[in-house]
Amino acid sequence: MTSLGFAQAAGPGDFVAARSQMAFSLGWHIIIACFGVGFPALVLFAEWRGIRTGEVAYRLLARRWARAMGVLFAVGAVSGTILSFEMGILWPGLMQRYGAVYGFPFALEGFAFFIEAIFLGIYLYGWDRLPPRVHLASGLPIVVAGVASAFFVVAANAWMNTPRGFRLVGGRVVDPDPWAAMFTPATGPETTHMILAAMMVTGFAAAAVYAVAMLRGRRDRYHQLGLLLPLTVAAVITPVQIVVGDWAARLVAADQPAKLAAMEGLYRTGAGVPIAIGGYYSGNTLHGALEIPYGLSLLVHLDPHGVVQGLDVVPVTLRPPVTLVHLAFDLMVGIGFALLALGGWLAWSWWRRRKMPATVWFLRAVAIAGVAATVAMEAGWVTTEVGRQPWIVYQLMTVREAINPAPGLRYGLYAVLVVYTLLTVATIAVLRRLARHPVPVAPQESDVEEYSVI
Amino acid sequence: MSLADAVLVCLWVGLTAYALLAGADFGAGAWDLVAGGAARGARQRDLIEHSIGPVWEANHVWLVFVLVVLWTGFPPAFAAIASTLYIPLTGVALGVIARGAAFAFRKNVEDLAQRRLYGAAFASSSVLTPFFLGTVAGAIASGRVPPGIAQGDVLGSWLNPTSLLAGVLAVGICGYLAAVYLCADATRAAQHDLADAFRRRALGAGLVIGAVALAGIAVLHADAPRLFAGLTGRALPVVVLSTVAGIASLGLLLGRRYRLSRITAALAVTAVLWAWALAQFPLLLVPTLSIDDAAAGRPTLQVMIIIMVVGAVLLVPSLGWLFWLFQQHPTGKASRTGH
Repeated sequence: MTSLGFAQAAGPGDFVAARSQMAFSLGWHIIIACFGVGFPALVLFAEWRGIRTGEVAYRLLARRWARAMGVLFAVGAVSGTILSFEMGILWPGLMQRYGAVYGFPFALEGFAFFIEAIFLGIYLYGWDRLPPRVHLASGLPIVVAGVASAFFVVAANAWMNTPRGFRLVGGRVVDPDPWAAMFTPATGPETTHMILAAMMVTGFAAAAVYAVAMLRGRRDRYHQLGLLLPLTVAAVITPVQIVVGDWAARLVAADQPAKLAAMEGLYRTGAGVPIAIGGYYSGNTLHGALEIPYGLSLLVHLDPHGVVQGLDVVPVTLRPPVTLVHLAFDLMVGIGFALLALGGWLAWSWWRRRKMPATVWFLRAVAIAGVAATVAMEAGWVTTEVGRQPWIVYQLMTVREAINPAPGLRYGLYAVLVVYTLLTVATIAVLRRLARHPVPVAPQESDVEEYSVI
Repeated sequence: MSLADAVLVCLWVGLTAYALLAGADFGAGAWDLVAGGAARGARQRDLIEHSIGPVWEANHVWLVFVLVVLWTGFPPAFAAIASTLYIPLTGVALGVIARGAAFAFRKNVEDLAQRRLYGAAFASSSVLTPFFLGTVAGAIASGRVPPGIAQGDVLGSWLNPTSLLAGVLAVGICGYLAAVYLCADATRAAQHDLADAFRRRALGAGLVIGAVALAGIAVLHADAPRLFAGLTGRALPVVVLSTVAGIASLGLLLGRRYRLSRITAALAVTAVLWAWALAQFPLLLVPTLSIDDAAAGRPTLQVMIIIMVVGAVLLVPSLGWLFWLFQQHPTGKASRTGH
């Protein structure tokens, strides 16, 4: 364990400000980043169907989605860059000691980001210059690099949860092993969970846009495809995501028992532990929760009498804030199952009648699912990040030790909040404008050709 | 050359690419600011948009590349620079956001008031961002970033004569590069009146940079004697090369030899960056932190070199295709049907 050292110089206000700035800018960027991971495949699929079938609806969808993708990529590229700066501006202690160990996935992410940016430029601006098949092929690297980017960045985050690949001698890192640092126990489940989450957010959010349009009376084939294509992708991924989530939680139980205990609001270590849903935690007790007997022991150990570690074995100063982590976790899981039910509804209707449910309640549910999937993804990040507190590198370095002690850090937060408020308003306004750009009732060839993707 | 030196050379190549490519994108944004009213400046703004539209995101990634190589390869230097210079670096980060987002948004709105608003944000952040980056360079070059975390003066480190000189020079260089590049783009698109307009701007910017650089000699002599000694000592041939290339590019502009002027202008800027590196070699943070002291352990450096070689194999042809495609027809079909 290391000393708190220099971090004492940073005032409590600056400490809260730095954490808020990181949480806010990361939480903002992650929404846009989801579209960088999930959207290219959807756009390419629509374009491919358009080329194969010549159908105008697919071709217009591809172009309109591509235009939105261009805006989202630009915003994602710049809102992601500030995170790189913040690694040093806010957490120089972390980078000074561990940059050589876990910087490697970031370096790889840099190359993936390059590939994305280069081929996005070619794909968008080359739409009317390249032959259709070459153009389609130029989009494939964006899909691969988008998923790879997510893998690398989340692998770096996984390292903070299960740090590996170095030895500490007198507080200094020796023998860095960048490969071991990239493939830690948390890497597999965490990266898979996030990549699938990104695809779910993209799918449900894109479908939601068309659900809203259909609720407003546009029920033509263009809008049906716009809803069904992304919704099907998201609905197929949802059950897989639940299994992956279970895998991730089991590894959290093994590697970060304090985080699991906070997720479940569990104070007393014991056997035959129930799952507690909802409630609030105070005085070492979870109040008002709904309990499923033996549930947690079963989930973690596949044994109703399995022992699950609680917060009682964690020193008071090293416990994460329980209520927030517990409720964020429950919210994520709850939304996950609700989305599973929505996908089941669609599948049942398709199986019985070869079409989507006819009721407006289905469209309303899809419209809400777009927001809900995003909320679930954010709740997941709150769970893993707040659940790791007070550590920035689990059991090796606290957040307080990593912070920049320079005076006046809080003014950075104020500046970021002002810029992001404007950025949020403008992003929503521009995306709404793109969505509202009228779609002809019966789109023609000329409508496709005249819609510019840039 | 040690392994650490090799990684630093890669970093410096990335920084050079960022200066030459993204620098010109920033400069183009600055010219957007002074292109005139909505009607009069429309064609200039269109040319700027078509020149930087397909490439600015890829050009921007060089900055991310520099950051990740610095923090992985030289973690103590990154921590020292970022913690002491957090104010100008926050300015850079926010400027990058405003520039990129506003540029993307402006293309997607029709309403004149909104276009003006986004245009103003795009253009003003295109001036502020290189200025802040210049102050950061000045702080490092003049030895105002001590090793350790937040050991330097959070204001004085970047508010000083060398930083301000570097900030102004950075803005000027971006403007000069952009104007020279745009001359060639306009000529290829057969918009000769626009080429003439950017030629005048390039000449003006070139003369201003020359004057600032001359004044800079006195500033560095007084404010950063070590850097001055390095630049007039070991790095002198490179400084001379930069000066000659700069003057040559001005001469080529006068003769409307835009392609050659582009190459010499890029050479001049490249030489400035490498002269700085040579002047302070082998120190990473003047006066105490050497490259080898700041470098990560050997396994990390080896992995970095491997991925940079592999990365280059992927990147070079990809970048080549991108630039080739859009240098062929800077205003192709997409622009005629665009709205």
